[in-house]
Amino acid sequence: MSEKIIRLENITRIYQIGEVEVQALRGITYSLDYSEFLAIMGPSGSGKSTLMNILGLLDRPTSGKYYLEGVDVSKLSKDEMAAIRNKKIGFVFQNFNLLPRTTALENVELPMLYANVSSKEARERAMEALAIVGLKGREHHRTNQLSGGQMQRVAIARALVNNPSIILADEPTGNLDSRTGSEIMDIFCRLNLERKITLIMVTHDPVIASYARRRLYLKDGLIIREEVSEGAENEASVSGG
Amino acid sequence: MKVFRILQVSIRALTRNKMRSFLTILGIIIGVAAVIAMVSVGEGAKQGIQKRFESMGTNLLFVYPGSRNFRGVATGFGGVNTLKPEDAKAIEEYCDAVLATSPSISTRAQVVYANKNWNTQIQGTGEKFPEIRNWNVIEGTYFDETHVASAAKVCVLGYQVRQNLFEDEEAVGKTIRISKIPFKVIGVLEPKGEQGGFFNRDDMIAVPFTTVMKRLRGVDYISSIDVSAVSPEKTAEAQRQIEELLRERHRIAPGADDDFQVRNISDVAQSAAESTQIMTILLGSIASISLIVGGIGIMNIMLVSVTERIREIGVRLAVGAREKDILLQFLIEAVVLSVGGGIIGIIVGVGASRMMKYISVFQGITTVVTPGSILLAFLFSASVGIFFGYYPARKASRLDPIEALRYE
Repeated sequence: MSEKIIRLENITRIYQIGEVEVQALRGITYSLDYSEFLAIMGPSGSGKSTLMNILGLLDRPTSGKYYLEGVDVSKLSKDEMAAIRNKKIGFVFQNFNLLPRTTALENVELPMLYANVSSKEARERAMEALAIVGLKGREHHRTNQLSGGQMQRVAIARALVNNPSIILADEPTGNLDSRTGSEIMDIFCRLNLERKITLIMVTHDPVIASYARRRLYLKDGLIIREEVSEGAENEASVSGG
Repeated sequence: MKVFRILQVSIRALTRNKMRSFLTILGIIIGVAAVIAMVSVGEGAKQGIQKRFESMGTNLLFVYPGSRNFRGVATGFGGVNTLKPEDAKAIEEYCDAVLATSPSISTRAQVVYANKNWNTQIQGTGEKFPEIRNWNVIEGTYFDETHVASAAKVCVLGYQVRQNLFEDEEAVGKTIRISKIPFKVIGVLEPKGEQGGFFNRDDMIAVPFTTVMKRLRGVDYISSIDVSAVSPEKTAEAQRQIEELLRERHRIAPGADDDFQVRNISDVAQSAAESTQIMTILLGSIASISLIVGGIGIMNIMLVSVTERIREIGVRLAVGAREKDILLQFLIEAVVLSVGGGIIGIIVGVGASRMMKYISVFQGITTVVTPGSILLAFLFSASVGIFFGYYPARKASRLDPIEALRYE
């Protein structure tokens, strides 16, 4: 069996809110190949954000196992999780989450500050990443001088700069108009096709989701359905809990 | 190095909010400047006193009436009137390590000349006072043995008194009134300067000690004896001889306590320096309270800053910052603030202590800035930054990345 980039085994996540237990995930089992493009869909409260947090190592599952590139990462310490986020995962958020009053370049350099990259190399790599997302010549613009689409491009460059295995995007087009949104999606598709970066995206917009080859539908903390676009070779192993 | 990179990030964050950063460090600036200026005043007084004693000569000794147990009641140092003018005469006569003695007794009195008047110290001395204290007469002469013997109404003016009463006028030969008694001015002492720090040695009038005893105070004792040894090396021997002689003269039984004390100039200088040291510590600690208040200001602003930047912290955590990276960033920001304030404070403090002599209230105060006080103020301000910056920094580092990213 070829190695999977992500393997989830019966992942649950229970939030304790006062006396009440909320089951956000009720047992997710799923695996994903390298270089895939996956969209996670579902109504609000379906657990898709919780799943993203666990996939992105911002949160730990209450039970179950999460293998990232074959390594069990479900029981790591906070610092170990931070190190993996830094090296293997890039984040793109709906509201961009750029640092205020900084330049595009400074934002893209940020992940390398925590990766022991020399400032010279960090600068070179940041320039390169900005060129990939089409922002050559705007490196020194401040974030408040950029349009929404440009800000999201900066965020993608930031996610890209440490050569991650996965980019996780949470409603990446949610704050953009449809034209800018499709530009952003084109960048994602290009990264997926040309650079073989695995992409996982949360969205509720079926048009945006249609860019992905696979679409996973969540409801009440369970996977209810998976769709694979034409040209799918190997069946993803799906089993509802 | 990574710390250096984080330092750059911190400085960039602080310069983004220049006005706020400046107001935050103002507390530290004032605190450090106050510590340095206050300690420089104390240090100036201490060095002034040392210089003053040095200028008196190193072969000087003082005899004071000492503590004596009288029916079980200790009267304490200087509390008894056991020293007599005859003791001074005997010391000079029988102790071969002693060169000269001058009995001393003083009082304060109102001095009047023409339409001017002045309140000053009336210092009763022997005729050898200028020689013992290394203090020259610049106008006229000092009084002699016959003046002392007859308790003559003559006086020699300290330079400050001469300036106050006579200004440009000739002083020698004039008559002034001390406590309404007419005294003839026969000389003026050279100015010794204001090295004392808080009291001016030129603000005095020297008269024969017999005159103070008989005419001004009506007592039969003296308050101390100035003694000069034949050489600085002989002071210890002189001290022993004086003690032996006075025990005999005062009929003190073997084993009983002395009713006098002989101290040499370095002892006296040291105890004077000790008392100014206490003052320095007092001034310094009052000033350092403002430094602590400044630290609280830093903590306050850092807490505000952490709250404002929760989203930023969330992003940093998401891209791989560890807890200690965030802790270090905010701690370094606090330390940069306090150390920056410390450096500006040092400059302001040194400037203030230099300026002090130009402000009339502080006239006569010498200030000395020591490297020690600068170092102390600097280290103190840095540790204030660490101490008050730690709590906000820890708060920032403990944030949950998911909640921080979602924070509005």
